[in-house]
Amino acid sequence: MSFLTAEPVRLLLALVCIMAFVGLNAAYLVLAERKGAGRFQRRPGPNEAGYGGWLQPVADVAKLLSKQLIVPPGTDTILFRLAPLMVISPAMMCLAVIPFSQTLVARNINVGLLMVFSFGSINVMAIMLSGWASRNKYAIISAARVVSQNVAYEIPMLLVVITLLMVTGTMNLSEIVRQQAGWFWHWNLFKVWVNPLMPVTFVIFFICMLAETNRAPFDMAEAESELVAGAFTEYAGMGFGVFFMAEYANIVLGCSLGTVLFLGGWQSPFGLWSGVVWFLLKLYALIFTVIWVRWTFPRTQFYNLLNLSWKILIPISLFTLLLSSAMIKLF
Amino acid sequence: MKASILDVPRGFWSLLVGMRITLTQFFKPVITVPYPHKTLPIPARYRGPIELTTDPATGKALCIACKLCERACPSDCILVDGVKLEGEKKKSVTEFKFDFTKCSLCGACVEVCPCDAIRFSKNYNLASTSREDYLFDLVARLPAEKKQP
Repeated sequence: MSFLTAEPVRLLLALVCIMAFVGLNAAYLVLAERKGAGRFQRRPGPNEAGYGGWLQPVADVAKLLSKQLIVPPGTDTILFRLAPLMVISPAMMCLAVIPFSQTLVARNINVGLLMVFSFGSINVMAIMLSGWASRNKYAIISAARVVSQNVAYEIPMLLVVITLLMVTGTMNLSEIVRQQAGWFWHWNLFKVWVNPLMPVTFVIFFICMLAETNRAPFDMAEAESELVAGAFTEYAGMGFGVFFMAEYANIVLGCSLGTVLFLGGWQSPFGLWSGVVWFLLKLYALIFTVIWVRWTFPRTQFYNLLNLSWKILIPISLFTLLLSSAMIKLF
Repeated sequence: MKASILDVPRGFWSLLVGMRITLTQFFKPVITVPYPHKTLPIPARYRGPIELTTDPATGKALCIACKLCERACPSDCILVDGVKLEGEKKKSVTEFKFDFTKCSLCGACVEVCPCDAIRFSKNYNLASTSREDYLFDLVARLPAEKKQP
């Protein structure tokens, strides 16, 4: 079994595991989303396929796979085919640096956080390309919206992360989690003695994460009721399916990042029995919150969305940045 | 300035209130009925297409073919015929044609019937691709007569 520990083999295994994790999560988070939507609206959700509807993802995938891949005339064929790949691969790549537990991390690199954000911003470009390549007015409107939305929300997101980086002093995600060992008040979320506005930074991070993943109430990219399906209008079959998978992969990624940065990653809340279970618990609690938010709030108007970012989130995150640098300098 | 700054925490609080409301709904029981598997009881005054009532003792239709319903119907969708059988005081119905495509479920026939021989059915599962399926022969739909003791 010694070949299993060789670095290339280990990396390949990790890659397969990540792809399986993303695929499984995408399939079953769609079900969780629909079930959750049902519960929030006091109805059972999908319950016909299999016991309680748990075979629904299988049926969905079978349906999507059996459909014809249509490339509409007049589209930029190469970009049109490339966009789904470009939207899913960064999300999968970023998961490679997420530490699921002390040992369970595909690639523990020193600039993990930087890598997540640099690859994360490819997502915007991929959606923009898909909108552009579709040669469809709805898709182009959606692409334009995505760009302005993501540019607006990338700024407070990065400001908040810089605030956190000044506290942690490292970009290594495993190291960031290791610093949060102990009871739950050692988590970055509750480190109010370092920066009294730490919970606020988490809220800003969460809001920006919702906006970056184009989730309701910031789902300007899809906006079913206004733009048909936004940038994904012209995609059929698995092309559309991959965009759907990417959305959920990005949610998983964003929530894992939130867990690692603010909620102590694999650390248990009372200093004992730390492990991957705690990571998954926190991850799925955050994902539940994402679903909960989606089925609570209606979609924002576009100018309100930009107002929220430029007039509220950016000033507050700048203030937290200044405050924490002052606190670090003084104490 | 002060008002717009105060708007931020107030707005955030209102978001939390909204989230609390949806979460309480999340844990309440489901209120929808999975239709083909379960059905709700049909209300007593539900108006389905009319049907003939029978005498519970003999199983015969109560209709005396007086044709009052035929005359009362505003859309002319009822056609009744009957014969006088030997040994019986009143006529018995032999034909009761009912065109549901024209019926507006106004209930004039049910109201006018002197012997309560017509009532609204509780049948709500009506679907067909042909018009002829809604030309009901209500006599043919009657349950088989009970054997006289």
